[in-house]
Amino acid sequence: MAKKKIRRKELFRHGVQFLWAAVTNGYIQGYLTGKIYKGKLKQICLPGLNCYSCVGSLGSCPIGSLQAVIGRKGKVFSFYVIGFLLMIGSVLGRFVCGWLCPFGFIQDLLNKIPFPRKVRFLPKEKLLVKTKYIILILFVLLLPIFFVNDIGNGAPAFCKWICPVGTLEGGIPLVASNEALQQQAGWLFIWKISLLAVILFTSIIVYRPFCKLFCPLGAIYSLFNKVTMYRYRVNMDVCIGCGKCKQACKMNVNPVQDANHLECIRCGNCKNACPVNAIESGFFKYAPKENKYDAFSESNNITDVDNL
Amino acid sequence: MQVFKKLSQIRIVPFLLFGLGIVFTFNGIFVTKEHIDVLNKAIRICLECIGIG
Repeated sequence: MAKKKIRRKELFRHGVQFLWAAVTNGYIQGYLTGKIYKGKLKQICLPGLNCYSCVGSLGSCPIGSLQAVIGRKGKVFSFYVIGFLLMIGSVLGRFVCGWLCPFGFIQDLLNKIPFPRKVRFLPKEKLLVKTKYIILILFVLLLPIFFVNDIGNGAPAFCKWICPVGTLEGGIPLVASNEALQQQAGWLFIWKISLLAVILFTSIIVYRPFCKLFCPLGAIYSLFNKVTMYRYRVNMDVCIGCGKCKQACKMNVNPVQDANHLECIRCGNCKNACPVNAIESGFFKYAPKENKYDAFSESNNITDVDNL
Repeated sequence: MQVFKKLSQIRIVPFLLFGLGIVFTFNGIFVTKEHIDVLNKAIRICLECIGIG
């Protein structure tokens, strides 16, 4: 019964992910002609990692836009993109990762492919998840500002060297449909295709490896997770300490310890797995000021749960 | 982490961040006009993004 509920709720989430991806990448003509949308909607950023060179994309990628603005001569700060990220981050945080990011959706689907040995915990995962903050600082912020060309403009280093979304959504369809681009494709294209292949294949074995380890947008939204308006809360008076929420979390978060953990993508798996409905989500669901976790864990031997 | 923990209990923080976001966005649109930079970048094929440039 509980498994059925989890599956039903997950299907609903995938439905929302699909709809959002379809709406924001709904420029049908682009798919037919191999040309990108050039209308005014492109000045608006999308909340998720969605390449603006995708043939169907109607909006802009916030990470690409951020690099484009701060990489321009004489600019080191983007009020427009950072303002947008502040607005989305303060309201939703990493809800965007779980519900509105097309590449997150692709990784979710890939992880459903059966594989002989799925990996739940990466070695040194707690340390490795910090890689995305290094990528954010180095490739998204510092390199576009400081590594500039002869006329003083910086290249979008993250898009150029790492981003698999650009390769998947923009690179493959555009290069496939454009002979001039095919002739220009060289070692950089091969590098990006290889990186994309590795990430896609790893997604079958590990849940959302790109989101966990490399995504700079996830890194930005994660910083908001603890202060967002949309929050998770565990009702300690109801919780029985069974640990099913921790087991259900594919991002390896223990919601009882921290319901608004930096890695939580608000997928709702923990909430759906809870047999006593102790986990609540919604706007302004603040936990009581006194954290009952410590007292609770002592009386219910919850340390066993942590070691699951 | 302690900073995050303390901030998470201050209920006005998300409103302050949201307000700051609105101010920044308006500044980006009406003063620095960065949305035009974004548009100019986004309406051309980004060669770096697709792995060519």
